[in-house]
Amino acid sequence: MEQPVATTFFFYLLSGLAILSGVLVITRKSPVQAALALILTLLCLAGLYLMLYAPFVAGVQIILYVGGIMVLFLFVIMLVNLERSQREKQFNQQWIAGVLAAVVLGALFISIYTKGKALLLRPVVEFPEAENTQKIGQMLYSNYMFPFEIASLLLLVAIIGAVVMAKKRI
Amino acid sequence: MSPITTLHYLVVAAALFVLGVIGVLTRRNVVIVLMSVELILNAVNLNLVAFSRIWGLHGQVFAIFVITDAAAEAAVGLGILIAFFRNKETVNVDEVDLLKW
Repeated sequence: MEQPVATTFFFYLLSGLAILSGVLVITRKSPVQAALALILTLLCLAGLYLMLYAPFVAGVQIILYVGGIMVLFLFVIMLVNLERSQREKQFNQQWIAGVLAAVVLGALFISIYTKGKALLLRPVVEFPEAENTQKIGQMLYSNYMFPFEIASLLLLVAIIGAVVMAKKRI
Repeated sequence: MSPITTLHYLVVAAALFVLGVIGVLTRRNVVIVLMSVELILNAVNLNLVAFSRIWGLHGQVFAIFVITDAAAEAAVGLGILIAFFRNKETVNVDEVDLLKW
């Protein structure tokens, strides 16, 4: 497929920023700084979705993740943020497990990607970008009708659960 | 320069996934553990959207379901965190050991 010249540049810029701020998320001491780094990661991922011709998912990512979930996170950080907890040790004793998991998962991914290269390099299907939202809407209401309804039930349960958990006295 | 293929996106997603796993396993602050879970979910989403370019729009629809799930998970998780903080005045995961042993 013919692709624009700037694609390579933007891909490396966005993915580099995403991974860099991902590292910041898991290393920063202050939860507020970690949350801001996570917001940067999410925005970069939205840019990558745009590059993959998925404008609807990119919009949902920005509105729901950056505008909804991260605001929720920041609110809770304000509620429970302790000066004391930032002076404590930030990492537990399980760094061996962490390094092990990273090495095993990394090896797994590398082996999968080298073995399945032929499968992954299949030609890209062209979707008209202008109809993306329409197509997804049709799919949600035809192929994925039942999961869609289940998702609404899940959200209802989550709302009730969050209120029950966070309320002092029911 | 070589063109950007699906494989490139998958490698980025794998890196984000591994970062999230390391965060979940090694951090003590519950809020940052939850953020690492969000990082993992986003890595999966990037995989789904990248594959949707080869196999059709199903991946994008599923990515939307994953985002819904992440919202539910964040709401319930943070609710539990507030309830826990009210009782024990701490946000460290390794002090949540009431049900251990």
